Amino acid sequence: MATIKDMTDTHNWSGQKLVTADHMLFEAPREKHFMTGSEVLKEAVKRCTVDASVSYPITPQSEAAHLIGELWAEGYVGTYFRGENEFGVMSEVAGCAMAGARTITTTSGPGTLRAMENFPQWSGTRIPCQLILMARGINSPLTIQPDNLEVSFMLETGCMIWYAENVQELFDMTIAAFIVAEKPDVHVPIITVVDGFFVSHTRESVMLPADDIALLPYEPYKAPLPPIDSETPPGRFLRDPFVMKSNYISYATHASWQWEVRSAVERSRPYAKHFLKGLVHVTGTPDAEIAFVTCGTASHQAKEAERELMKLGVKTKVIKLRTIRPFPKEELLAELEGVKHIFVPEFNVVGWLEKEVKTALHNNHTAEIVGGPRVAGGMSMPAEAILKEVFEHINIEGK
Amino acid sequence: MANQGPAYYSPYPAAIYEGVITPPEGKALLLEEVVDEEVAMREIAKQMLTKENATIFPGPQVLYGYNEEAKKKATLIKEMAEVLNAKMIPMYDYRPKYPKIDAEVEINPNHPNLTIWHNNIKAAIFIGVHCHYANVALKMVRCETDCYTIAICGLSGHEDAMATLRDQHSSELEKFIKIAREVKAELKL
Repeated sequence: MATIKDMTDTHNWSGQKLVTADHMLFEAPREKHFMTGSEVLKEAVKRCTVDASVSYPITPQSEAAHLIGELWAEGYVGTYFRGENEFGVMSEVAGCAMAGARTITTTSGPGTLRAMENFPQWSGTRIPCQLILMARGINSPLTIQPDNLEVSFMLETGCMIWYAENVQELFDMTIAAFIVAEKPDVHVPIITVVDGFFVSHTRESVMLPADDIALLPYEPYKAPLPPIDSETPPGRFLRDPFVMKSNYISYATHASWQWEVRSAVERSRPYAKHFLKGLVHVTGTPDAEIAFVTCGTASHQAKEAERELMKLGVKTKVIKLRTIRPFPKEELLAELEGVKHIFVPEFNVVGWLEKEVKTALHNNHTAEIVGGPRVAGGMSMPAEAILKEVFEHINIEGK
Repeated sequence: MANQGPAYYSPYPAAIYEGVITPPEGKALLLEEVVDEEVAMREIAKQMLTKENATIFPGPQVLYGYNEEAKKKATLIKEMAEVLNAKMIPMYDYRPKYPKIDAEVEINPNHPNLTIWHNNIKAAIFIGVHCHYANVALKMVRCETDCYTIAICGLSGHEDAMATLRDQHSSELEKFIKIAREVKAELKL
């Protein structure tokens, strides 16, 4: 158990040495561990000098929320409590973050939808909190199984959205997410998505730095809005509830405010590019004419299909989108040069990623775009399902 | 590019959707061009010295003496106004004004165009305004007025201003005042 102390210039309250995100992510020596996504999230939060976390149980993120609670008991997280329900949780997250706390929460599926009103409110108040979204099904008939339809509901909330493929990416993204979200010219919430169960409950090898280091603390007085601080003017009277005065603002204020939130998401690009080493990651053959555009664990399955197709002498590539908001349009277009057929495998029935890809490519690319395969409600996506989709659209010898 | 002048009666498109982004550390922004800080300082001084009714809009971060840096900046901004022959109209609060703003004496981020229209301001410096409110205001000013906007920012800068300096602390303000004096002498003002 860590000893709770006062924060110093060099160490946080649990005695961890404070380091930059560059040191944590790129320089600190790492050792191999074998962990689930929930366990690795605990390890990430442990190294982030997190001030506050609010929780509520819902499968499959309950274990992650529970483990963050253990961090509080161990002295690594400043405060931790359970909300009344997910709406309460997200509202309480807003309160913590507006008061200047580095804040994290987790949710899944129906919990996300119950809390929905809060997400555009989060971005509108420019709080840099982090939501770990462990995606599961949301639609009736109820399923607790993996399915990422809920991400489509988050696309226009004004929050950044990053998507991790595996346990390692979840660890690294969680750390980078705080730093990018807290940049003064960005300073909007970030939603780090993983596929529930496939990542949250799957044990994988992961490289972790030592746990005696942690991120430098959040600096709320570098925020684009003053934090709520009753002791220090001008903060105490400047966070007047904006909505209460809505009759007295011009239409242009609201429009400008919304554009500013979206501008802030766009400003995250260079920071995300640095910390994620690119907004897209590509595997496969550079001059391939077939590409899979993916996010999350669909990327892993597409890589399996890519290897099978390579055995048949068919060159393909997998373009994994690491950020969904901002959408990496330029990076995607660059990687699609020379590609004639695009497949978008997804863990949902509606094909929200296919729509995103089509919007980005409209009038910019001539490739055929196939939305599929799509699986949902907990179905797995074996490489064979992806190969079947390819074979149905392209005549390949020896298949 | 960040067009000067009316761009229809909507804040769309925001400058970032035209490919303009905040300048990297050590640099400044003039319209859509990333330039050296000193180049931008000279252009800002020239705009302020030659445009009609040039005005500085100091925000809460320099209007309230809550730390020594704020006090020092406030003193320097008064000096800056004298060198630039500029008026000062404060943005002391971010709350929308009820029932109506007194555009003669204050500016507000929720309807900044009213103050600019009323005072016929053709060049203005935003300084000490929290970044979000500066950006909300700059988008509206950019679209609804022909005012040349300048953001002197202590953090990352503002792409919706026609000119922006970033990481501006009291030492940088002193440098700007020195350059402004030189430009003023060159213009024989």
